[in-house]
This record gives sequence, structure tokens and C-alpha cells, in this order.
Amino acid sequence: MKTLEELTAVKEAALKQMASKMRILVCCGGCTSSGSLKVVAEFEKEIAAAGYTDRVEVVKTGCMGLCSQGPIVVVQPGNTFYSRITAENVHKIVIGHIVGGNPVKELLYPETIADPEKVLAMAETNFYKKQMCLALRNCGHISPLHIEEYIATGGYEALWRCLNEKKPEDVVQTLIDSGLRGRGGAGFPTGKKWLLAAQQKETPKYVICNADEGDPGAFMDRSVLEGDPHVILEAMTIAGYATGSHSGYIYVRAEYPIAVQRLEIAIEQAHKMGVLGKNIFETGFDFDIELRLGAGAFVCGEGSALMTSIEGNRGEPRQKPPRSAEKGLFQKPSLLNNVETYANIPQIILKGADWFKSIGTEGSTGTKVFAVGGKINNTGLVEVPMGTTLREVVYDICGGIPGDGKFKAAQTGGPSGGCIPADHLDVKMDFDSLKKIGSMMGSGGLIVMDQHTCMVDIAKFFLEFTVDESCGKCTPCRIGTRRMLDILNKITMGQATMDDLDRLEELCSHIQQNSLCGLGQSAPNPVVSTLKYFRDEYIAHIVDKRCPAGVCKKLVRYTIDKSKCKGCTLCARNCPAVAISGSIRQPHEIDQVKCLKCGACMANCKFGAISKG
Amino acid sequence: MKTKTLPFDGTPDQEAELKKVIAELKDQPGALMPIMQKAQAIYGYLPIEVQRMIAEGTGIPIEKIYGVSTFYAQFNLQPKGKYRISVCLGTACYVKGGDKIWDALRKKLGIGEGECTSDRKFSLDSCRCIGACGMAPVMMINDDVYGRLTVDQLDSILDKYN
Repeated sequence: MKTLEELTAVKEAALKQMASKMRILVCCGGCTSSGSLKVVAEFEKEIAAAGYTDRVEVVKTGCMGLCSQGPIVVVQPGNTFYSRITAENVHKIVIGHIVGGNPVKELLYPETIADPEKVLAMAETNFYKKQMCLALRNCGHISPLHIEEYIATGGYEALWRCLNEKKPEDVVQTLIDSGLRGRGGAGFPTGKKWLLAAQQKETPKYVICNADEGDPGAFMDRSVLEGDPHVILEAMTIAGYATGSHSGYIYVRAEYPIAVQRLEIAIEQAHKMGVLGKNIFETGFDFDIELRLGAGAFVCGEGSALMTSIEGNRGEPRQKPPRSAEKGLFQKPSLLNNVETYANIPQIILKGADWFKSIGTEGSTGTKVFAVGGKINNTGLVEVPMGTTLREVVYDICGGIPGDGKFKAAQTGGPSGGCIPADHLDVKMDFDSLKKIGSMMGSGGLIVMDQHTCMVDIAKFFLEFTVDESCGKCTPCRIGTRRMLDILNKITMGQATMDDLDRLEELCSHIQQNSLCGLGQSAPNPVVSTLKYFRDEYIAHIVDKRCPAGVCKKLVRYTIDKSKCKGCTLCARNCPAVAISGSIRQPHEIDQVKCLKCGACMANCKFGAISKG
Repeated sequence: MKTKTLPFDGTPDQEAELKKVIAELKDQPGALMPIMQKAQAIYGYLPIEVQRMIAEGTGIPIEKIYGVSTFYAQFNLQPKGKYRISVCLGTACYVKGGDKIWDALRKKLGIGEGECTSDRKFSLDSCRCIGACGMAPVMMINDDVYGRLTVDQLDSILDKYN
């Protein structure tokens, strides 16, 4: 393939092919864990049985975002949105909708049939209509297994234009002008990074994609890799052209086997199509990409540790400077970007820096994907323009908090981030605004917490994670985080004094200032920010020996309200520790010494007589 | 905790396969991790014998290979059974007789904590609370949870995997 006409011909053929059939899109991203592969198999069987194989196509797509409603099925044309579909539902959809032409109302996502007159399309529902998908634009819409479908959405045109119409420095300038900042955590300006790499004289140079997504609760990179792998290949090749590199690595975590498999297929197809490898688009430019698998170490998401790991070493970070733009992988100039960052680049090239700048805020252009989880109705991936408020994400898009829950705080940025209390619900979600209130964007994990979450416990949870994942190279992180965890354990067990709190704060600042890499420097953040906004909870644990949220087991007491207890004996029979005594039809009592605080009594009481506090 | 290591029982076929992998990859930069990952796929784990073979084949010092294998969570130095049993010894299960389940399994399988049966079918670990206190005592075999266990149920449960 050489000319734009040839590429356009592939695009038009693919579009025609896609429009010629009815398409049943089945989410095969995270929905695979709720059984979507069985749904696919059942659709194929039922469609064959109906004799519709030549007019209907079943497409396995990447993640559609609304994970809590999985497995998700979308029927095109019309983008009719079915939620929580099991193999047993498939027959009805095929007969009713595919053959009969009428959507099966009882299986549709409830919001789409709120108006009896018409069925709403997927994009018109509350979860989707406020979103703006740039990085995720193809996820859930195309088959990640066919390069033609990627080309149908305009794929590889940006690469063609770079190689044929732009000088490398123009590409870098476009990125600088776009204001794009790294989506992996730190928010460093991407164009500046590319410029530094392009300026290096030494060769060879390397282009690397950081796909070692490790923050607990963040899965947007996985979604892009599984749903739209070609966008990464295209963007990395553009980076190679812009910085003068011919060799790229994708470092992907081994825990993402589907992503690895789809990347392998994509690389093979791109070679065949002539858009990767030797003599790309017959321009004489060579660029190839190799996959490297991580082996389960969170610290390898840190740039220099990732490079050390690709070299075949323990994944320990290096001292900076020199920056990796000068001496990175194999001590050669290297450019490292995160998956979501790369996913934005082909569109920036095609639509221009001004278009990208018109989205988001002045200091944070474009969109950001958040992985929303925790105490929230619509768990899943949400992509919104930078500067969208936390309130819009939590309430308008994600449908608020389930049950009687009240918003207490949200944690952004995973173990390196911080919490945002209810007072700041109207904070704009962009790099600078989040930093100002002591949190950080991080990779975009967003965990929502309600009044049943203990903030000391959550800080402890993140710190346990850091202690496990500290690589051990530098002392502040290796020993310091462990000592912080000791103090937090004391607090949650009711054994700490106010002196411990001072010591905890002192440790936080030492570790932040003296650790070698970003993992260590940011490890105290969850403690620092919970102390800033929820200091009273720490004090309640220390002084009153009480956990206000009723989470910390050592500080929780289950008690039976004598006036409500009917003496049905259900609690006593369910107590694993035989800690409840009382005769039938007489109020029962819990022996606090024997009680294991497992909560079985409260869960089984039919009269609401047992309380926890 | 002391664990008894099963004798290394690699076959000549496995060794030939590993040598082929080493020959294929060793000259590419940063080949060690891909070689170790493939070696683990061949043998199921990375005992010191396999690490030694990698050292000999690549010229990389064994202490460096050992350093890498112990750094990353995904490299196993001990074999795991096809079915991994974890018995909850959290407080609630313990009170309800988790220790009896634990002892009975050790006797039945003839292995201790962290060990694996000689046919590589079962490995045994104890674990902390898995949050199923209402069903105590509890154990897990791979992803299946078994609750309200008694010692006499164990044979029929294990039979399902035989």
C-alpha cells in the first residue's frame, strides 16, 4: 500500500461491508468475566439456526464502558442497547429483534424504554450522553481483530499524512500546540517529551508504550488495548517518525492476556497491510514494534523501572537525571508514553491542535478516562472533557450512590493519589485543580466512598499495597512505608496515641522528599489527604477508641437492642463463635469477649434489633 | 516456614524445548525475562535447576537470574498443583473447626503448607479470612468456594477433582 487512495479504498470497502449487514456487538472486554463469550457462541448458533448468517454479523468488541450492566449487547442499525444478557436470553433477541424487527423490551437497558413511544439509542442514555470519547472512540464499536474496521474509522490516515505531508518537526510542533499532557499520572506535556527525544543525536532511539497498568481499580488502558489495539501501533509509529526511531516496545502486564493476544494479531495484520515494519507506505521509513510482558510488579509502571525491566533486570527505578529522553532503554534516548496518551495522537494529527485545544480546560486539554468504582450505581469507564466536575461524573453520569449511601469522598489516582471530600464535589477534574486540593489525576482510577467507608482503613488499604509493591531499592520507601503501616495498624486496633499521629505525619514528609522514584514519593499521599480532610476520624480512633464508620473490627461492638429483640434465637444459631446467649422469646445478649465481629448476627436478624458502632 | 521441595522431574523433551527457546532468544537485547517466562510455561514453575540451565545457556550469572525470579510475583519457585486448595484459618473458621479440616487435608494428601502432591494434582495453602464467615469453615479449590465443611465431606469433594 502506498497512496492515500489505496488506503481510502480499503476504508470504503470496509464501511460498505459493515453497513451491508445487521451487526450484533457483544462486549468482550471486562464482560467476558460475566459470561459474554457464551453469549457470542449462542448468538452464532441461533443466527445460523434462523438462516440469517449471511445478513447478520456477530462482532466481539472491546469494552463498552458500563461494566455494571454487563454482558452488554448492542444491535445495529439503531444502536439498541441490551443489558445483563445471558445465553438464555439470546433466542428471544434473535427471534424478536433480528428476525421479527422488534426490540425485545424486557431485555433492554431499562432507561432506553422510559418513553413508550420510542426506544432510545445507547448514546442517548444518561451514562453515555454527557461523555465524549476520544481515547475510547472505537472501543465497543469496532472489531479489534480486523484492521479493516480500524481503517474504516479513519485509522492509519494520520500516519500516512505524517509520512507523506509533514516533516518530523511539524508533527512534534502539532503535539506541543495541542497541549496534550501525559495520561499515565504525572501530566508532563507530551509534545515537550517528544521534542527532547527528537533533539537527541545518539542512535538507536526507542519508542516505548507503558501498558503496565497497575493501579488497583484502573482499567482504561486495558480497554484501549483490547478494544482498539491498532491506535497504539499507529501512534507509536508516528512517534518513531517524529523522533527518529525505528524500534518500539510495548510493555504490557501479563495479567492482561486478551490484550496481549489482540496486540499480537494487530501487529501481524499491520505488517501484512504494510503500515508497520519495513518501508511503511512505501516511503522508505522503517518502524517495528515488539511486545514485552511484565511479570507482576507494580513499580514497573514507573518509567525508569519499566526500562530496567525490559533490559531483563529486577524492575528497580534509576536515579534521575539523566532523563530517559537522553539515556533510557539500553542507555539510549527513549520516548515513553502511556496507552491513553497514545490513543489521542492520531486524531490530533488529523483534526489539528486547535480542535484538541478547544476541548477541556486551558491547562488540561482534551478528555480523560476515569475508571469509576466503589459505592456507585454505574461502575465502569467514563470519558469526559477535562474540567468536568466530580459531581457531574458521580451523579449525572454514574447515577449516584446505591441504597441509603451518602457521598463521603472519592479517591483519585489510586495508591499515589488522594481523596476528595464532599465539600469539593464541584472540583473540576483536571490536572491542576485536583493537585490544588491535594489529590491528583493519576491514571484515572476513581473510587467512590460513602458513610460506611472508614478513611483510616482506606488509607491503610493503599499503604498495604505500597508496602507489598515497594521494590526495596531505597530506604525511605522500603522501611518508611512499613513503619507508616505499623502506625496505621495501631490506630485501627485502638492502640495508638496522639504521639503516633505526629510520627506518622513526620514520616509522610520524609518519604515524600527522600524516595528515589514516583512510587515512593507519592506513597504517603493517601494518608496525607485523609489526614487533611478527615483528621477527626483518626482522632476518634485514637482518643475515643471508636471507628465512626463501623469498619475497623477491633473497635466495633455489636449490641442487641433489648426492646426490639423477640428472642427468636436466629442470631445465636448463626453465631460462629457461640457468643450469643439467651432463652427463647427472651432478649438475647452478645458476649463482647467471645464476639468475632463477623456480623453474621446482624445480617440474620429479622427485627433490626442488632446495631453496630 | 520450611517447605519440602518436590524433586525436579524435568524431561529431556522439556530441556530440549528450553534449549531451543534460549538459542532463539538469547542474542536479542533484554532476553532474560522472555526466556524465563517461556521456561515457566514449559515447566510450570522455575526451580533452581531450570534457572541453572538458563544461566548455562545464556551466560547470565545464576545470582542475577535468581534475583529476577524472586523480584516478580509471577515467577513461581515452587510447583503449584493443578488444583490449588486454600483453607481459611481466619478466626471464625478456626473456631468452627477449620483447623480440623486443615489437619485432615494434610493427612489425606500427605503434604504440608505450601507443598504439592507428587502427581502435581493438589497443592495446599492456608489463608486468612476470605469474607465468608457465615459459611465457616471454608476452603477454596481454585475459584470454587466450599462452605460449612465437615471432615467427612472432604473425600467426596476431592473425588470431584480426581
